[in-house]
This record gives sequence, structure tokens and C-alpha cells, in this order.
Amino acid sequence: MSYTIVVKKECETCQLVQPVIKDIAAQAELKIYSQDDPAFPAGQDVIDDRELAYSWQQRIETVPTVIKFDAAGKEIGRTIGWVKADWETLTGITFDDNLPAFRPGCGSMTQDPGVPEKLAAQYEVDSLSAREIPLGSEEDEIEACFDRGWSDGLPVVPPTRERVLRMLSGTRRTPAEVVGTVPPDLNECTIEKIAINAVMAGCKPEYMPVVIAAVEAALQEPFCMHGLLATTYFSGPLVIVNGPMSRAIGMNAGGNALGQGNRANATIGRALQLVIRNVGGGKPGGVDRSVFGNPGKYTYCFAEDELNSAWESLAVERGFEPEDSTVTLFAADGLQGIVDQKSRDPESLCRSFAAGLRAVGHPKMVLAADAILVISPEHERVFRLAGWSKQQLRDELISLLTIPGRELVAGAGGIAEGLPEKFADASLPKFRENGLHIIRAGGTAGMFSAIIAGWAASGSTGSDMVSMKIKN
Amino acid sequence: MSTLMDPTAERESAELQPLPRLADLEGKTIGLLDISKPRGDVFLDRLEDLLVQRGVNTRRYRKPTFTRVAPVELKQQIASECDAVVESLAD
Repeated sequence: MSYTIVVKKECETCQLVQPVIKDIAAQAELKIYSQDDPAFPAGQDVIDDRELAYSWQQRIETVPTVIKFDAAGKEIGRTIGWVKADWETLTGITFDDNLPAFRPGCGSMTQDPGVPEKLAAQYEVDSLSAREIPLGSEEDEIEACFDRGWSDGLPVVPPTRERVLRMLSGTRRTPAEVVGTVPPDLNECTIEKIAINAVMAGCKPEYMPVVIAAVEAALQEPFCMHGLLATTYFSGPLVIVNGPMSRAIGMNAGGNALGQGNRANATIGRALQLVIRNVGGGKPGGVDRSVFGNPGKYTYCFAEDELNSAWESLAVERGFEPEDSTVTLFAADGLQGIVDQKSRDPESLCRSFAAGLRAVGHPKMVLAADAILVISPEHERVFRLAGWSKQQLRDELISLLTIPGRELVAGAGGIAEGLPEKFADASLPKFRENGLHIIRAGGTAGMFSAIIAGWAASGSTGSDMVSMKIKN
Repeated sequence: MSTLMDPTAERESAELQPLPRLADLEGKTIGLLDISKPRGDVFLDRLEDLLVQRGVNTRRYRKPTFTRVAPVELKQQIASECDAVVESLAD
């Protein structure tokens, strides 16, 4: 049996227990480690642990800590701080009566700000398995990332070992866990690779559960990420976040929520795009054949404004509890504005919405793209004051968007595009069943709403909206 | 020296690869850049003869001085007008 004690001179309790340490050293095999001064405690053989290697390895969080080992060197007990009775029980030694019964310990120097990540990077070399890329001695780190093709066009945060380890502290999942295969190259994606790309995107560690959920959702088969990446169409993945997590990490669901300025909004969407680019190999000029793309392919991520809404949230509609935090992935174009500053009754405002929604893709295109109608607070008020439920609004829109076939057939309106002639006498819905989604977001002053149109290949021919719970 | 963790699927070499070289000169335009050292033009004249004999298009350029890197506009011009460039360096 043997003991080790870890102390630091700066700690008053460690100073208090110097006679205790002397007693133990006299009666048992004892090694003393000092975190800040190898001359402390005086008069003893002290091992210099100013590099904190032993303290890190033994997971010391408080000083003093006494650890007891059996003859084989296996830890069989430890006690932290100074509780006289506990030290006596552990060592079997009775200490001076004049000592106080209890004194709190101090923080171990391994827990000082910024130190855990440094020590992890230094001592836990096996925890990361990604290849390390050595840079040239004259290379600027940010330019190096551009030069290696890792960037979406904007600077990325260079993914150093320390930054990646810090990012991984945001999730309890193990770095080596595979979450799926990423198209188009169909490469395995681990939690570690997500963390590296999340570092580059500029995420904070606390965003990791959301980023992981977004990647997992995007890789679900019904979302059709492979086709979405490859398409000539405008669309890219949109991430909508619901639930308490969206507020806990400070996401924006209000003014300019679909635009710039909020770190969580900006970096979570970007992390997903970087994973597709770097792990999946999906890049414009390569498999990404989009004619235009859209600005959302840098990042497209926001939170729904659920707390102020009169209606159930997107997540609740899709079967989750209000306490759940979720991500919902949608194959999205940019943004189409609807201006209506005069409608005060719901029927009139509905007709404005329907007129805008008619144009999704093309006014003659039906049963192709899905769409999300993003209703602003000022517009939602019109329905709330009239007592309309979300389903009532949806039913009314579907009715208004049931279109006579003669308007839709090729040649109608002098436009060659359109449906085959056989549909001339039918009535067709603009959107397939469950293809029109309604959410609330945006600032409180502005009588506008927005349409986020979907990929023309929506549903089983292409992409379906996918929602997943965010897990820690 | 910094190291960065690889964000990719690690299917390609970790070393930064130079830009791909031309596979052949068929139909290509080669820029010939004189850095303005003495007799650099003599070298490039001879090189140009040899290229023209082989049916390769050439364009001639000249840096204002050898003491500074080529001006950005000159580099952009060469990049937009040529497929590859030969730069004569020494005296």
C-alpha cells in the first residue's frame, strides 16, 4: 500500500496539512507532488508537478488530494480537501487533536481557465484520430485553409488540436463515433470530423449538439442530401431549430433572423455546409452543379419564434413535445418576399399569401416544390385576432391554391411551359399533401411575410423535410 | 510550426499539391515573362522561336523591375491570357 498527495503552496489548506503530510511520510510510503513550488512542503522529498502531468493523469480537481494505492499500484481510495476524519480513515493514522476538523480545499491548477484544453492537447495525444496536417513554416494559418480547399469562400477558423478538443467538450459523444456517410463521395463522418468543421465554421462548443443533429438529419435517406447537393436547382439545406436549446444557445428567431449577425444562426448552418464540402467532397464545379446556388448555401439556419406565437410550433406539429429541442432540415431556396401592409382581415391576407405562393418555382408548376411560409409577428396578429388556427389558415391556402388545369397546361397564357393537355379539365393543388409548412419568425415591426421555396424535387422523388431531436 | 486537424475524409495527400501541369502544349498559349535582367530577352527570344516552330501560341510580358515582385495587374493579365508561363530569372 502507498499514498500520493497533490498540493500547491498557494493553498492555505495545503499549508495547514504540512504536519499531517510529515506524519504520513514517517509511517507509510508517500509521494508528494507540488503543482506550483517543488520546495513546498519544506523538509520533504517533493516531486515537481509544475507541468501538471501527474495531476492531469490522476484527474486532480482539488488540492490537497490524497490517493491510496494497493500493493499492485491500483487506486483504492482518495479524499480531497481537509476532513480530518476522512484522512484518518483513509490512512489509518490518528492526527494531532489541535488540527481543525474541516477546511475546504482549493482548485487544482489543472482547472485554471484555459488549462484543461492545453493539458488535453498535450497529454491526450490518442484521443483524436484525424490526420494532422503540418503547415509550412511561413504559412499563414488562415491562408493555409484557403489553399487546401477547405473554405466556402470566407475565412475559416484554423482547426488546431486545442480548438478541436475544446469543441468536443460540447458533446458527450465519443470522437470516433460514426454518424453516417456524407455524399457525394459517401465518406464516413465521425463526431470528430464534425467538430473539426464546426471549429472552422466558428461554432462554440455548446452548439455541437445542434450541429451533430443537423448533420444526422441531413444524412437521413428521405432528405436526399446527395441529390440536393448535385442538383442544377437553387436549393441547399436549411436548418430550423425549435425548443429550449434554441434559446439556451442564444439563437435569433426575431429581427433579421434569416440574415446575418447572430453567431449561432451563422455558424451552425455553416458547419453543416463545411461537412458536406470537406467530408463529403461536395463542391461547386465538382458534383455540385447548381446553376445559381443561393446565398443560403453559405449558411441557412434560424430558430422559429415559438414562444410568442399563438400557434403550435413546427416541431410540435411534427409530433414532438414543446420541451423537446429539435432540428428540421428542408431543401430550401433563398427567400421570396410578400408585402401586404393593408390587409386586416384573414381572408384578404390569405389571398396575398396565396398569390405569392402561386409563384413558387413557376406559376404553372404544381405538385413539385414544397414551401415554407414564414409569417411575421404583424401578419400573424391578423389571424390571432380573428381566432384562426394554423390548420384553418393552411386549409384556406390549399383551397385558394387549387388551380384550374386550363391555366396550367403547356401553352396557356402564351407560355410553352406547363402540364400536358390532359390536365386541362382537372383542378390541381399547388402543393402536394403536407408540402406547405407554416412557421413564425421575424422582427415585430413590418407587415411582410416570406416564402422559403423548396426543391422542385420534393417528396418521394427527391427531398422530404426531416426532423430530429437534439441529443447531448 | 503549426499543425491543423484534417477536416476532410483524408482521401487525398496531406501535402499541398502544386497546380496541375499542362499535359501537352497543343492549342495552348504560353506567356514568356522577362524580369528585366540583362539578356533575359535573348533567352526568351530563343525560347519563343522554339515554341512557335512547334505551333504553340506565345505572348511576351515584362516586369517593370527585377527588384520587386510582379505587379498584381501584370499577374492577373498573364493569368487571364495564358495557360502557362515561363519566367526568365537569372542574368
